[in-house]
Amino acid sequence: MIEVNRRGEVWVFAEQEGGALAEVSLELLGKGRELADTLGVPLGAVLLTVADGETTATRLGQYGADKIYLVEHDLLRHYQTAAYARAVCELVTAWSPQVVLYGATALGRDLAPTVASALRCGLTADCTDLQIGDHTPPGSKELQKNLLLQIRPAFGGSIIATIVNYDRWPQMATVREGVMVMPQPDGRRRAVLVRHAAAFDGFRPPLAILESERRPKKVNLKAARVIVAGGAGVGDKASFRLIWELANCLGGAVGASRAAIDLGFVDKDHQVGQTGTTVRPALYIACGISGAVQHRAGMEESAKILAINTDPSAPIFAVAHYGIVGDLRVVIPKLIRAVRSGAKAEELGEPLAPPAAEAGGAGG
Amino acid sequence: MGYHCVVCVKQVPDTKGITGEAMRDDGTVNRAALPAIFNPEDLNALEMALAIRDGHGGTVTVVTMGLPKASDVLRESLFRGADRAVLITDRRAAGSDTLATSYILACAVRRLEADIVLCGRQAIDGETAQVGPQLAEKLSFTLVTYLEQLLELRSRTLRARRNLGHGWEIVETELPVLATVLDSANTPRPPAARRVMKFKKARCRSDVEQAIGRELAAASDDERAAESARRCGALAGRGLLIEQWNLDDIGADLAWCGFKGSPTKVHRVQSIVLAGGAYREYPASDPGVAQLVRELIEDHTIG
Repeated sequence: MIEVNRRGEVWVFAEQEGGALAEVSLELLGKGRELADTLGVPLGAVLLTVADGETTATRLGQYGADKIYLVEHDLLRHYQTAAYARAVCELVTAWSPQVVLYGATALGRDLAPTVASALRCGLTADCTDLQIGDHTPPGSKELQKNLLLQIRPAFGGSIIATIVNYDRWPQMATVREGVMVMPQPDGRRRAVLVRHAAAFDGFRPPLAILESERRPKKVNLKAARVIVAGGAGVGDKASFRLIWELANCLGGAVGASRAAIDLGFVDKDHQVGQTGTTVRPALYIACGISGAVQHRAGMEESAKILAINTDPSAPIFAVAHYGIVGDLRVVIPKLIRAVRSGAKAEELGEPLAPPAAEAGGAGG
Repeated sequence: MGYHCVVCVKQVPDTKGITGEAMRDDGTVNRAALPAIFNPEDLNALEMALAIRDGHGGTVTVVTMGLPKASDVLRESLFRGADRAVLITDRRAAGSDTLATSYILACAVRRLEADIVLCGRQAIDGETAQVGPQLAEKLSFTLVTYLEQLLELRSRTLRARRNLGHGWEIVETELPVLATVLDSANTPRPPAARRVMKFKKARCRSDVEQAIGRELAAASDDERAAESARRCGALAGRGLLIEQWNLDDIGADLAWCGFKGSPTKVHRVQSIVLAGGAYREYPASDPGVAQLVRELIEDHTIG
């Protein structure tokens, strides 16, 4: 580990592939900027690549980094744990940042724990928020100030835990894509480039990557203005077509809870939630989703939330703006009809009295 | 040629069943108060080890770090075909985060012969997926995460397919390797009836001491200790003694174990309080649904 160092910088590991930066890394620069400003230290980005790092470094500067720590080496052409961890550890040991943030991608969840183990420092996974705050260890009178508060749901989602690391630095955390808000780039911003020559002499990477394939994502949930999401309550894969139909008639994207993914109703690319994608659409329609905290963490900032569930005590109703207690197999076709006809009163019956009237009107 | 596989498994609280009664004030979960299960992806790791032994010969040793009742998952592993089971249990390991846990497991694994270490990708309680990679770093084993399919194992060379979610990779490396295994990798074999009959009587030393504590409550400490030694000897003779190691047995430095050895500490725990904002309910009828859609059109939420 490194010495606790109050002038240490806040760093973001800039994940990239073939020069294309991962969105989560840019999002983390936004949060990193906030943390760095609160601590009064510079924001750094760590960029490991084979060559031509300057172009990517320029972009990182535009997204808020003050310094780019660039390591260029042939062994960094494709990600593999041993080579990347070695380079990151060298940088941390040389520069003593107080915070290092990584996207919780397949790469990040491979790299960050390896670095944490090598440096014997603390790491918290899948944080849904990061703040700066103070902590007094139990049984001690010593106040530890200005620590990174690492916040995440835990234990089946019934609690939110705030984790701290006050003596085994750097303080490291991983964050999933979409959790932090993407900052606006500033084309005029320039960062300082710090080149680091990694000590790879005599290092043989243990893994050979024989073949690989990237599959383009089936759906762009973050860009969708309307999302219709299905949960375990949809019942079966065949019924999930109702979710697709409603999404299509609203021009929206299809989302799903983790439970629906696990049950095989739809591909993992559609997962909304703490371990899926975090979304903030104008309208989120949750169908047959109970509303476990890991799911809510991924959609509760939607501008409008409509929940449809047969269980009136489902936690999803607590975050919803609109609710329909009913069977989605009955309600969704009604919604589709109403949307297609523009909800014209003459086609669908008289409008109700204002919703302050008791629920359960004429059957339908 | 056979391979020595070591599988790290975990007994986890069934995280669908947590209540406030199970949380202590310091933010740790009172695991004894919850129903306990075999971490699902660890079953897939065990299955991979058993399949390697089926195909190539060798041994499968299962290791767990936990409370004495974690011997349950070791018995489960013996039912499914493991050759040897080791329980690491010690009060001084309580409160270990992933760094401390991986340190303790590394100390234990170094005392076993291991060509391949297999772990589930992640546990359903912490859900960090950190222990596997950290254990690999400490053992200096090559790390292969998200293992979905073992393609070839020949002499000291391993070739495997990793599922990265947004794509896949085929990698090749030399042993020793630590792999974290996905639930999509295989279907764990069920317990074998003959093995259940034999190994349901398997006990670790703590299991024996607990039973003696109940049955011989009136006896002296010496008498109980003598009976414990006798019963453990008898179990060992029949191949039914689950080995039990504490932190001293594995040569662990206590500074790296338990709360003291954990860089990450709980600052605060908050129960989820669901606060309703502006919420309106609509009946599930045609007029009710039409009203809702009308309002959403009027305020331009939908077009």
